[in-house]
Amino acid sequence: MTPTESLFITLTVNGEAVSREVAARLSLADFLREELRLTGTHLGCEHGVCGACTVLMDNEPVRACLMLAVQARGRSVTTVEGLTPPAGGLTPLQAAFQRRHAVQCGFCTPGMLMSATALLAGNPDPTAEHVRDALSSNICRCTGYVQIVEAVMEAAAEART
Amino acid sequence: MKAPPFAYAAPVTIEGALALLAAHEDAKVLAGGQSLMPALNLRLAAPSVLVDINDIPELSEVSVTPAGLRLGALVRHSRIGSDPLIAGAVPLLGLAYPHIAHGAIRTRGTIGGSLAHADPSAEWPAVCLVCDAVMELRGPGGGREVPADAFSLGVFTTAIGAGELLVAIRFPAWPASRRAGFSEVARRKGDFAMVGAAVTVDLGAHGVCTAARIVLFGASDRPIRRHAAEARLCGRVPDAALLREVASVATEGLDPSSDLHASAEYRRRVAPVMVRRALAYALSLPEAARAA
Repeated sequence: MTPTESLFITLTVNGEAVSREVAARLSLADFLREELRLTGTHLGCEHGVCGACTVLMDNEPVRACLMLAVQARGRSVTTVEGLTPPAGGLTPLQAAFQRRHAVQCGFCTPGMLMSATALLAGNPDPTAEHVRDALSSNICRCTGYVQIVEAVMEAAAEART
Repeated sequence: MKAPPFAYAAPVTIEGALALLAAHEDAKVLAGGQSLMPALNLRLAAPSVLVDINDIPELSEVSVTPAGLRLGALVRHSRIGSDPLIAGAVPLLGLAYPHIAHGAIRTRGTIGGSLAHADPSAEWPAVCLVCDAVMELRGPGGGREVPADAFSLGVFTTAIGAGELLVAIRFPAWPASRRAGFSEVARRKGDFAMVGAAVTVDLGAHGVCTAARIVLFGASDRPIRRHAAEARLCGRVPDAALLREVASVATEGLDPSSDLHASAEYRRRVAPVMVRRALAYALSLPEAARAA
């Protein structure tokens, strides 16, 4: 096997098959943003600390800045754009973020939504502590987290009724 | 920043990975990528070749036998937390798990990657040292085994030699009478510890301690056993007063460093508290934290 500086990859992004020749060094985050123009995935720190680039890979949260695009070959990636229901509009979680005003500058919001989506998929009835624990991986520098936690709790409660 | 250019290969066998490591002297092994990718993005590392081991199925195997637990090097943190077989076999893994990173990091990060990276504040190297784990290495000359106490050699430095790959970690069988405790302080839950302690205590008849292991991490350039403190526990029935004494002995002569996260003074001050809390948890004793 000879190492190569670029590879042809095929993966699924937001339900659609995508094929591209990409540089080995290209991060999954830059692939999504630059190649696919899915700029909802934000890049903050680019070393895995801030969580703004969190996406789902095979339904599990990952840092898109800490994966190479070539490592996502054959996988299914969901970005914040992929949360949109088939009929359009917002998911219950997104609607709860809007109602609770769980955004301020909005930069961290895509990552927050992806981490919270992953949390609720695995635990539909989280306590506030569960939510805080799950979102401790995502840094917000303006809202102070209170409304974000409230929004996730509200979306969870709504889904159970 | 962005990673510097490199060539990439994803072998599907251990032999394939070893051949690549042999052919490319400055190649780096890419496991979960949760430490290497930041290093690449920050341009702290610039290997000419990345050998991605994620496609080698053998490295993700988990087995429990009467001899103990064997974890493939590529077993991810999330699996250690979610597979009851693993924490059932080595309860200290289950106790340490909640302190390991955050959800999105656990999805990708691996135990082998954490061990090979050898951050002095990381939890898994400390757990391996407490448990007498053995690292299975494979290299151009075949396989060899390195006990945990000879594996960590310093900050980001291990016994893994040129061209070698960490393939698995073996934990000896856990005696029924063994109890475990784990305690750390970190800036955020899931961050690396500023300082922490991992312990096991074996109790015999009448609650007498027959064996103890106390390891501090984040307090030196690698996780460290505290033999004198362990000896102080053995042959006695632990109570709150003894734990204070043992915690004090465990941190005698400690010379931690100062960094961005905590000062040396803070680490020295908190280390005995971590030892006491971990022991108190292991022995179901009141924490006695105020009496220091």
